[in-house]
Amino acid sequence: MRTAQLADSAWIDTAIKLGNSLGAIAAFLAILLVVFLAAGLAAGRFQRPLAVLVFLGPAIVLLIVGLVAPLIRTVYLSFYNADSTRFIGGKNYGWALTTDSIHQVLLNTALWLVIAPLAATALGLVLALLVERMKHQAVYKSLIFMPMAVSLVGAGIIWKFVYEARDSSQQQVGLLSQLAVSLGWQHPPNWILSHPLNNFLLMAVMVWVQTGFAMVVLSAAIKAIPDEVTEAARLDGARGLKLFWFVTVPMIRTTLVVVLTTVMITTLKAFDIIRTMTGGNFGTQVLANEMYSQSFEQYNIGRGSTLAVILFLAVLPLVAYNIVQLRKERGTR
Amino acid sequence: MTRKPRPAPFRRRLLAVPAVLALVLAAACSNSSSGSKGGGQAAGPLTGDCSKYQAYAGHSGTKVTMYASILSPESDSLEKSWAEFSTCTGIKISYEGSNDFESQLQVRVTGGNAPDFAIIPQPGLLAQMVKSGKAVKPPAQTVANEDKWNPVWKTYGSVNGTFYAAPMSANMKSLVWYSPKAFQQAGYQVPQTWADLMALSDRIAKAGSGKPWCGGIGSGTATGWPATDWLEEAVLGSYGGDVYDQWVGHQVKFSDPKIIAAMQTVAGWMQNPAWVNGGIGDVKSIATTTFQDAGTPILTGKCWMLQQASFYQAQWPKDTKIGPDGDVFAFHLPAVNPAVTNPVEGGGEFLTAFSGRPEVQAVQNYLSSSDWASSRVKVSTGWVSANQGVDKSLYTDPIDKLSAEALTDPAATFRFDASDLMPAAVGAAQEWKSLTAWFAQGQAIPKVAADIDAAWPQ
Amino acid sequence: MSDTAVSSAGPTRPAQPAARPGAEAVRRSFSSPLASVFVIAVTVLWTIPTFGLLATSLRPKEAVATTGWWEMFVHPDLILSNYHTVLFEGSFGVSGGLMPYLVNSLAISVPATVFPLVLASMAAYALAWVRFKGSDTVFFVIFALQVVPLQMALIPLLQLFSGGAHLGGATILPAFDLSGTYVPVWLAHTMFALPLATFLLHNFISQLPRDLMEAAVVDGASHFRIFWSIVLPLCTPALASFAIFQFLWVWNDLLVALTFAGGNPDVAPMTARLAQLSGSFGGRWELLTAGAFLSLIVPLVVFFSLQRYFVRGLLAGSVKG
Repeated sequence: MRTAQLADSAWIDTAIKLGNSLGAIAAFLAILLVVFLAAGLAAGRFQRPLAVLVFLGPAIVLLIVGLVAPLIRTVYLSFYNADSTRFIGGKNYGWALTTDSIHQVLLNTALWLVIAPLAATALGLVLALLVERMKHQAVYKSLIFMPMAVSLVGAGIIWKFVYEARDSSQQQVGLLSQLAVSLGWQHPPNWILSHPLNNFLLMAVMVWVQTGFAMVVLSAAIKAIPDEVTEAARLDGARGLKLFWFVTVPMIRTTLVVVLTTVMITTLKAFDIIRTMTGGNFGTQVLANEMYSQSFEQYNIGRGSTLAVILFLAVLPLVAYNIVQLRKERGTR
Repeated sequence: MTRKPRPAPFRRRLLAVPAVLALVLAAACSNSSSGSKGGGQAAGPLTGDCSKYQAYAGHSGTKVTMYASILSPESDSLEKSWAEFSTCTGIKISYEGSNDFESQLQVRVTGGNAPDFAIIPQPGLLAQMVKSGKAVKPPAQTVANEDKWNPVWKTYGSVNGTFYAAPMSANMKSLVWYSPKAFQQAGYQVPQTWADLMALSDRIAKAGSGKPWCGGIGSGTATGWPATDWLEEAVLGSYGGDVYDQWVGHQVKFSDPKIIAAMQTVAGWMQNPAWVNGGIGDVKSIATTTFQDAGTPILTGKCWMLQQASFYQAQWPKDTKIGPDGDVFAFHLPAVNPAVTNPVEGGGEFLTAFSGRPEVQAVQNYLSSSDWASSRVKVSTGWVSANQGVDKSLYTDPIDKLSAEALTDPAATFRFDASDLMPAAVGAAQEWKSLTAWFAQGQAIPKVAADIDAAWPQ
Repeated sequence: MSDTAVSSAGPTRPAQPAARPGAEAVRRSFSSPLASVFVIAVTVLWTIPTFGLLATSLRPKEAVATTGWWEMFVHPDLILSNYHTVLFEGSFGVSGGLMPYLVNSLAISVPATVFPLVLASMAAYALAWVRFKGSDTVFFVIFALQVVPLQMALIPLLQLFSGGAHLGGATILPAFDLSGTYVPVWLAHTMFALPLATFLLHNFISQLPRDLMEAAVVDGASHFRIFWSIVLPLCTPALASFAIFQFLWVWNDLLVALTFAGGNPDVAPMTARLAQLSGSFGGRWELLTAGAFLSLIVPLVVFFSLQRYFVRGLLAGSVKG
């Protein structure tokens, strides 16, 4: 009786929660529809400005509130002290550039920024090419893509288990250690402690997550190369690697750049892997994590903001490069 | 804004009625959760079993939120301990535990979304919260309850002389876990002095059946905290309370020869390759072993001793017999310097309010009373209050008894966990990191000390 | 999260038939037994960790603590009780297992996918087809906003949600009592998703055939009509592939959930609960892995059931360059 009631209330609870969420979507779409209909009535010279306002307005407002304002605030706070009460000029930046532990953080971030995206994209490209000729390619693609569905926290948990090391006198429970032992390495190291190797082991997790994404997108791009192009190149005698390097790669360059950029941005922001697996210890700290730690664990908002600005500046060239590319494209269209 | 009518049973739960504006998605919300579990005695005096809660009555249908780092299963006991209070008074206590507590509390408090209560284990963090101006002073009744506590506990709950947070639990850190059975079989005696302890460790190491010590300092983002305890034991046991207090206040720096010497004591003990890490690995493996897992080898005889606090009791498997003649038990860690009498390092948790609403104050009054402390003690073992109003006979568990006696012993040199007292930037961040690097990468002691000193807020 | 899937897409071309001489040439150049072995090896390597997670979650506590999961091939001793414990047992969680959190995750993820999708496609349409002075600049600024670390936006947003917005004493936006509802989480996710979504959908929408749009204008259709009845239907594949990525991102997010929903069982998602559990995981690996695997199932189902649209969205694309 009691359990039945409990189960009942749990179902009601579920129904309410999902109902609220679907109701929100319905209300959202309904309001949009009403606004559209109302705005659609406007005629003449008001139509264009009104359209811009209605279409672009919501996104712009949300972006200003959610991203632009916090960005300005962060830059402002980076010139203030720990609790934002005193202006201290560039002291925080001086601290960031002269502290040993921050040097390590910057170096690690740079390594992550270069290696993880390149590895994931390169591997994804190779797989995209190779998987095409295989039977049941959907199976391979799906399995390789699967880690994308795992949260970075989950990925951290999974791989922490893979890297688990026990004393050589005991049975290993970590896959990597067991593999090493089976291959005749009597005393495998404690992986997660072995600096600088541990950085690369952590990057492997990111590559594991992102490769499937790169593969799927690049595979679609390769498939979409017009036949005439490859056919013409083939008639010119291009074969194998040459064909790949001088025809395929240039044809999908834009996609390659976009994939690289997105993986890089994900890499820079992702702090879950490191937080779950090492907590930033053992020389594996990166900027995104250190920034969080400075701001919210050491209560130094000034230093945390400074690191955020540095992070922002670090990705800016990447974005600038993308924008230049886009401009070129737009110019030629 | 649309407001959808719903059938009656739906109404008692949270209803977010979404109403979406074109520019900013904003929603009104009729948060009509009445949450009271059948405690319909809103008006009039409480009767029967509920009559003892009369002093807290008059807030039926209200809800307070509580945020802490205590996770299940310990948090389940906590919730049970106030279940009756909640039912009788109609005040619902919505508890949330998080292992990101320290950083998330900061985010929420600065973001203006503070919980009604936070259970803060670090006086250093409490000071930070008071500094933010969001912590609220307790009502008179809570302050009056503090007479039940040893006066020193009141100072830990105070910031700049003003009392803010009532202590809840207390734990005893100066314990060494061991297996009485194994000791008996091998003919080892529980050591009474530091010299005895060192001699015993040496003897076990030479006997060759397992290493004398095991340890683990892994604890997610708080990795390193057990190592701070080892250092604190060494400082308190070597120099006594005065130097310890000066160290907490940074009059004695980490790079002071005294603290360096204490670090060397720790290095000779927990970084001695012949002595650690029993059943787990080498010295470095201490850094990757979680503190929860560290004691497991004691049960298999691969390790003999583990220095951990009284709350480690919860980590032993369910069927482990804990007691002076059981599978595991704990002895009091002796002072490094015999001249220091009976050093006891302890920790605790402090109930901090961020709201002055009447129902919040009612809960605060109740949770600072000996009634609640007794209720919590009765729910399950592994929890000790330093509240002297709690009847000592309620403690049924040998470890709880041991801890309660040590914590209320007037002859002891009692001190609170130093890293919890230090500013959060040091005690909850840099010290953890640097000591972890000391264990994991074998960093030199002077560098470790200098790094920690450098993080001390100006 | 990386959602470039639709970037290479454009609806102008129909999907190509599978066997084409050109692609065939590249394909053949790379075909060799060695290549197959390589692909299979990578696939196995990529699957093993997740498989290990599943295997661990099916083993009894003692076995997990003492031996590796591959021992299950030698001693197959599999149980389902870990899942039962995680899902329904009160002793594991404060209020009865992971079930309410699973529901919360769904209730958060669906609107947090739809809102940015709709708003971003609107913005993308305006930027691509209702050109105005400065529309290029606006587009580039939106693109650049991708790099703002969202950790820095947490406190200002919380302040806004809990205290409203004020400018010099004047209240611009009153404080809504949103705590305990999903609204702050939806809003935060929408804000953080907009730059990438706008960028990607713009790439797609701007490549819609010009003649189609012009014909509609000649017919006297308003922008709203064009958007509703031409752009949105044509964009379905791109919208679907972005939806998959956004859903995965929201479902797997921890930081936003932790900050704006907290661990309150009324609103907190699976990830927040799992993180709490992983904090106390001394010896509870078998439960943690079961929970982690449960949180995997929904995104996998979503991905595999929408996969068709996803691939179509990509294949419909033409190559730029």
